[in-house]
Amino acid sequence: MIFDMDIETLPREELEALQLKRLQSLCERVYANVPFYRRAFDEAGIKPIDVKSLADLRYLPFTEKQDLRNHYPFGLFAVPRDNVVRVHASSGTTGRATVVGYTQRDIDNWGRMVARCFAAAGTTRRDIIHVAYGYGLFTGGLGAHYGAERLGAITVPVSGGGTRRQAMLLKDFGATVLCCTPSYSLVLYETALEAGIDFKELPLRVGVFGAEPWTDEMRRDIENKMGIKAIDIYGLSEVMGPGVGIECLEAQDGAHLMEDHFLCEVIDPVTKEPVAPGEMGELVITTLTKEAQPVIRYRTRDITRLVKTPCKCGRTFARMQRVHGRSDDMLIIRGVNVFPSQIESILLETEGLTPHYQLVVRRDGNLDTLTVQVEVDEKIFSDEIKNLQRLEGKIQKNIKEFLGVTTQVKLVEPRAIQRSEGKAKRILDLRNECK
Amino acid sequence: MKAEQISIFLENRAGRLEEVTRVLAEAGISIRALSLADTSDFGILRLIVSDHEKAKVALKENGFTVGRNAVVAVEVSDQPGGLHAILSLLCSGGVNVEYMYAFVHQCERSAVIIFRFDRTDQAIELLQKNNITIIPGEKLYSI
Repeated sequence: MIFDMDIETLPREELEALQLKRLQSLCERVYANVPFYRRAFDEAGIKPIDVKSLADLRYLPFTEKQDLRNHYPFGLFAVPRDNVVRVHASSGTTGRATVVGYTQRDIDNWGRMVARCFAAAGTTRRDIIHVAYGYGLFTGGLGAHYGAERLGAITVPVSGGGTRRQAMLLKDFGATVLCCTPSYSLVLYETALEAGIDFKELPLRVGVFGAEPWTDEMRRDIENKMGIKAIDIYGLSEVMGPGVGIECLEAQDGAHLMEDHFLCEVIDPVTKEPVAPGEMGELVITTLTKEAQPVIRYRTRDITRLVKTPCKCGRTFARMQRVHGRSDDMLIIRGVNVFPSQIESILLETEGLTPHYQLVVRRDGNLDTLTVQVEVDEKIFSDEIKNLQRLEGKIQKNIKEFLGVTTQVKLVEPRAIQRSEGKAKRILDLRNECK
Repeated sequence: MKAEQISIFLENRAGRLEEVTRVLAEAGISIRALSLADTSDFGILRLIVSDHEKAKVALKENGFTVGRNAVVAVEVSDQPGGLHAILSLLCSGGVNVEYMYAFVHQCERSAVIIFRFDRTDQAIELLQKNNITIIPGEKLYSI
């Protein structure tokens, strides 16, 4: 089913005309109301009036995650604060989170886009949608929630955690749709099995999974085990939250991006020039309709490519292939974004150390685990076990508090961490090796 | 009356202890006493050696994290109740033992116990007041 038939199937020429009109209006808005963008436009030597076609997009300045941090918390609002009705924030150490604001219309648009997503995943108002994304500052829970309500389905706001109880509720309520990270769906499935609940015997028929990268093998595994259709949903809080794109049930081949609201391009992350159509590169998103906090050419750091050929579902929106990787060092651990620099500042704050550390990511069963290896130097070394164990516990607790992710902390000998050309390798990703 | 102990951080993996003994052997250092405390991930090796300065330098050069701590070596008569008498004394004096390890004195028919106290100075004062023999560092290193 297509939720917004007129828009989602708009011929591409008409879609592009709409995008241009919205882009021009956006440029006027941010130039007039956001000092950061006025400066950036001036530095790039471009005025809103110079934007005459979509091809002019390449002359507009980029927005980076760091720009959002630099204007923490409300420095990039494009509307008076009175018009903002909600904020979300991504993880960060104190004072460094990226905050995003929404007007009522932004919230309405978001809900509508997520409703489109649920429809594309083959669900309707007759469904019961179990939302196991975390509710709170993270956009996952509330994002899915408003979309499910907009669709008109029965929405079950379970949020994250309490897996055993979730399994019970899933069975008792007879949910037909499950929303969470793909890895959590497997944890939930296994916990349910242990409690004698087999997903295959439940009414559950669709999973809308996102917030972390996953593969087609994992999709097949999930679909076979649970007897459901597993649909990939894409989004990021900096431009909105979940619902920026969704796979259609018909093709399950790349997420259709909501192009009436987002202008998407793919660039070479090194030269920053647009790649040839269909080539792989970094996805860059401009929010066309966002009121409270629009972004111009936001660098998502997600590596993918766009396919604009017609899709068998009838939608004309471009499809992005599964994210191949990142053009920065961000890790996604069970849906939580983690940058090595965040761990580093936590270590510095923990004991005032300048330790050498390494993040080791493994896949343990279905869950990603993060081990923080810290080299023991003379400043932190003690001849008593309890002091070292206390230190491990403290680091673990601080990371959990600041980033919301559970890690294992392991003390290692100096130089145990590989250094290439004198520079420590901060991330060791073993997820593909220990499948 | 304190003695110097060196402590070494070791990851719990094959060959690490052997690496320590290799470094010490090559530097011509004798081990007088040792104790190893361990968890599932790491261990702490504590050593009394013939030359702690030299040992520390050699180990650091080989990439180990080395600490130095003040411990107290106490001579305990080799008879029932010998250790108990000392611990009772310390206990009543409010001194806690963080850890301890022992070895037998070859020629004097007594045991030597290496103590790591939470309050070392207070412990020494208490032991001396009660005429308990403390082996000075210099003597200990050459036992």
